[in-house]
Parts: sequence; structure tokens; C-alpha cells
Amino acid sequence: MSNKTSAPQVKAGKMSWKIYLRRYGTLYLLLLLPIIFFLVFRYYPMQWIALAFKKNNIIQPLWQVDWVGFQWFQRAFQTKAFLNSLKNTITLNLMDLVCGFPAPILLALLLNELTFKRFKKLTQTVLYLPHFLSWIIISGLATRLLADNDGLLNMVFKQMTGNSQSVIPFLSNPSYWRWTYIVLGIWKEAGWGTIIYLAALTNISPELYEAAAVDGAGRFRRIWHVTLPGLRPTIITLLIMRMGYILGSEFDRPLAMSNKLVTDVSQLISIYVYEQGIQGLKYSLTTAVGLFQSVVAVIFIVATNSLAKRMGERGIM
Amino acid sequence: MSVISEANRTKNMKQSDGMIRSSSTRMGDWIIALICLLVMFVCLLPMLNVLARSLSDADKVMRNEVFLWPKGWNLIAYRTILGNAKYIHSIWYTAVLTVGCTLLSLFMTICCAYPLTYDQLRGGKVINALILFTMYFSAGTIPHYLLMRNLNMLDTVWCLVIPSCISVYNMIVMRSFFYGIPESLREAAEIDGAGPIRTLVQIYLPLSLPVIATLALFYAVGRWNGFSDALLYVKKEELFPIQLYLYYVLQNSTQQEIATQEGFATPGLGETVKMATVMFATVPILLVYPWLQRYFIAGMTIGAVKG
Repeated sequence: MSNKTSAPQVKAGKMSWKIYLRRYGTLYLLLLLPIIFFLVFRYYPMQWIALAFKKNNIIQPLWQVDWVGFQWFQRAFQTKAFLNSLKNTITLNLMDLVCGFPAPILLALLLNELTFKRFKKLTQTVLYLPHFLSWIIISGLATRLLADNDGLLNMVFKQMTGNSQSVIPFLSNPSYWRWTYIVLGIWKEAGWGTIIYLAALTNISPELYEAAAVDGAGRFRRIWHVTLPGLRPTIITLLIMRMGYILGSEFDRPLAMSNKLVTDVSQLISIYVYEQGIQGLKYSLTTAVGLFQSVVAVIFIVATNSLAKRMGERGIM
Repeated sequence: MSVISEANRTKNMKQSDGMIRSSSTRMGDWIIALICLLVMFVCLLPMLNVLARSLSDADKVMRNEVFLWPKGWNLIAYRTILGNAKYIHSIWYTAVLTVGCTLLSLFMTICCAYPLTYDQLRGGKVINALILFTMYFSAGTIPHYLLMRNLNMLDTVWCLVIPSCISVYNMIVMRSFFYGIPESLREAAEIDGAGPIRTLVQIYLPLSLPVIATLALFYAVGRWNGFSDALLYVKKEELFPIQLYLYYVLQNSTQQEIATQEGFATPGLGETVKMATVMFATVPILLVYPWLQRYFIAGMTIGAVKG
């Protein structure tokens, strides 16, 4: 963004509006539709955020509805179902952060050590495959693989133990389900996540590896002292972006993965909003919940970003 | 591009490194290859299982005899699907929807990204900030739903097309790619009297085919795999994209499975048909993405550097 010649900029700055518009006016023509899109479909709906502070009434025009202050936020934090979904969201996101975040890094380190070129490319192609599957498909695959009775893994497990009663309840036991949810998330995105790290790895100077080899560093010391430090900026940037999602909740994933036996742990905020808001018509309450979620996300992103900058990293803003 | 020369340097490094490799590192190379093979198997296992089930005899599937290789090969499941007007409609409809959405999204993304690469653009900073803000702060599910309701777009095909037509992330990828095109080209065109639109069409777009292919893939996959907007905004069955349709088909089966566990209800019929539907919904993407691998790797990398 920075290495551009500044000469035309100066010229443009001095240009009169008439000449400027004649020369560059068409740029605004191109921008017209996108700007209308952002105003109508991103900014205009923000007026309904006011509903979070108003009576639950969408029949009357918005400005006529009475204000009620923070009543809906208080109500939400007194509702068991919401508190439960909040707890589930944080739990699953933390598990995802701790297990899911390092997964692509480890995978990228593994791929980087792979010396057979053609095989490496093939591995990458296969690793990217799960990213292109929807959560619906994945839940279908997961059921066939992990179901109690006719899941592939449990079938193998039963044959191995010879006991038809011993099954691992991957999908039907709440605490097992949580791990299944996390592992499937890793299965889907870890391979895709390596792309960015592998790109960052090509920027590490080969001299560093040569120097390390001359110094007699083995494979693991090379990884630890050369590769990982080279990945540091990328890791930090991605970590910051990830922090914004600490209260974020996907919609497709929990909806597709959930089943009746585990709703206690699978109910995330997004699902709560869908069920209570769209299906249950509690618009004000769920708008308040959504606003809470958005505000926390912004706070987290800004906080981690400034923390990273204070620690001498590049940050994203 | 510099990325390629970097890759070459790494390759040279690896070769010179090879000369001082001891036999123990050779051993290590093979172990790593073996681990990668295992990872690949884990990636493919669920797909192979579903493929095997879809190609097997329905009875053998019911008796849990099918693992990774089909037993009692047949194409009945696929024939059933091709004979079912609902499936066919759903797949066709989603295909047309995906193509339409992708074209519109590409058009809008290019229109948005290109002007923002001009330093001369007055008000560009404000517009840029306006757009980036929406990436971090969104109004939320309910306000977006109420917008659709107010615009009378609920239960129309437009609510699946328009609200998601520009992804800010993709726009940034596009813009970063445009930034990478030497500005001297644009200046030369300007001197020759070409306006911005002509410069875009004749110089920028032909040079941007890799990134356009990448974004087309991203948008197409997003639409083909997406179903949450349909779940929120659409109640008419004929407007269901394939994934939502599949959601109800599979949801039905999981509920049946739970019922079976609890000892009532007969086990689900048409398991092989369900698996064939899953294959149908997956195969189009699986056929496309490997060919675009080179491009989307480049696209992702640009997005990460400039994001």
C-alpha cells in the first residue's frame, strides 16, 4: 500500500474539481452500487439495534416504540437458557482456540519438512479437501463415522473388543460431543489454515537454515530456532483476528452438528438468537444479545490488537 | 512474482542441504512422509465411507457390513436420485443460483475494489473506513432479518443473492492484487487517453485472472455450501438450496437413529440414497478445487499479507 509513486497524488490534490471529475468521475460510478449495498444492507439495518433498548414491537414504526433502557440486557442475563448458551459459546471457543489454533501450525511444520515435492503437493490437495465441504455434509459424514450403533469407528471398535455393548458415545454423550465438535472443526480447517503459514515460511531466508545446519542443528532445533521464529508475526496476526471471535458463534456448525441428546452443551448464542428471535418472536431480547456479542467482539479485537502493538508486533489495524 | 523466486530459493537451499544430509535425516524424511500419508487417510476416510455406502447394496449397508469398499456394487441410489424430480430441481436450482451469485459478487467486488486503489480518489479514505468497519461490527441477526422483512425480500430468491454479494475480506484480496499491478501501466494508459473503466477492462482485468478465479471459487463455494440465510429467510421449499434440503434429509435420519437407539421406530430407509445425495452435493466442488489450487494459494496469501 505504501510503495506507490506520490507524483500523481500531488497533481490530483491540486486539480480543480471540474478537471478531477472529468478525469476520475467514472470511479464514483463504479463505486455507486457497492456503496449503496453497504449503506442499505450493512448500515441501514443498524437502526434496529435500537430495538435492544425498546419494547418488543415491530408492528409500529421503530421511532414510535417506547424506550425501556437496559431492561432486555438484564432480562437476558437472568435467563438460564441464555446464560447456558453463553457458557457453551465460551467453552467451545476456548477449546477451539487451545486445540484448533495450533493445529495448522503443526501441520505446516510437518509439510515444510516433507522433502518429496510431488507427494507434498498431493498431500496439500487432500488436506484442502475438507475445507470445501459444508457443515451439513460433515455432519452427515460424522454420523456415519461416529454413530453409536452403525458408525464405522464403533463398528471397528466392537470387532476389536469383541464386545457388542462397548461403544464410544462420540455424538450422544455431551462431554464426548464437545470433543467431537472440536476435532471435526480441526479436521475441516487445519489443512486450509496451513496455506498462510506455508506462504510465510517461504519468506524465511535460506541462509538461516544453512547457518543452522553448519552449526550442527538437527531437524527439531532448526524448527525451533529458525522456522517458528519466522512464523511469529503471522501467528500473532492470526491470533488477534481469532480473539475477536471469542464470543462469536458460528451458525452452520452447531446447527448441523447438534442432536437432541446434547442440546445442553450444543446450544450456542447464534442458535439461541435464532430460536428465541426468529422462531420465538422475541426480537428485542435477541437484538440485545446480538449487540452484546458484537460489542464484545470489537472490544476484544481492539484490546488484543493494542496489546500486540505494545509487545512490538505489527497488529492488524 | 516475488513469491515464486522465494520458492525457488527455498528449493535451491533444500538441494544444497541434501548434500550434507546424513542417513538419519533420510530416515526422518520417510517417517514424515508416513505421517503425512496417515493425515491424508484421515482426511479422506469419511468421504470414502460415504462413497462406499452410496454404491453398496442397501441391505448390506443396513447390516453394517460396509466399511471403505462397496459391497454389492450398484448404482440404484444414484438412479433413484436422478429419477426424483425434487432432488433434480434442488440441484439445478442451486447450480443456477451459485453461478448467478458468483457473477454478481465478482462484478460488485471488482467495482468496489478498483476505485479504492486510486490514491487520487477524493473521499477514498472515508469510503474505505466505512467498508472496513462492517467487517468488525455487524448489526446482528435480528436487524438483518427485519431488513429483509421490511424490504419484502423474505421468501424470494433475492434474499439469498443480495445480502451476501460483497465479502469485505474478498474485496481486500482483490484490492491487494490490484495494488500489485505496476502503476506505470495505468499511467501509460492514462496518457494514451484511456479512462478508468477502460484501464480496468483492458489492463487490470486481463492481468487479474488468477485472483478472479480464486474469488469465484470462494464465492461459489460459499453459495453452494451456504444454508443459514435460507434457513432464516426462506420458507418456500422450492427456494431451498441443496444444503438446506440436505439438512432436512439428514436431520430426519439422525432423529430416526436416536429413536432406533431408544428402541422404537424402524431403522431409516433409503440410507444409500441419502449417501448418494451427499455425494451429489459434494462432487461439483471436489471436481473444481484441485485445478484452482495454485490460484487460491496465491489469493489467500495476498489476503493475509494485506489484510
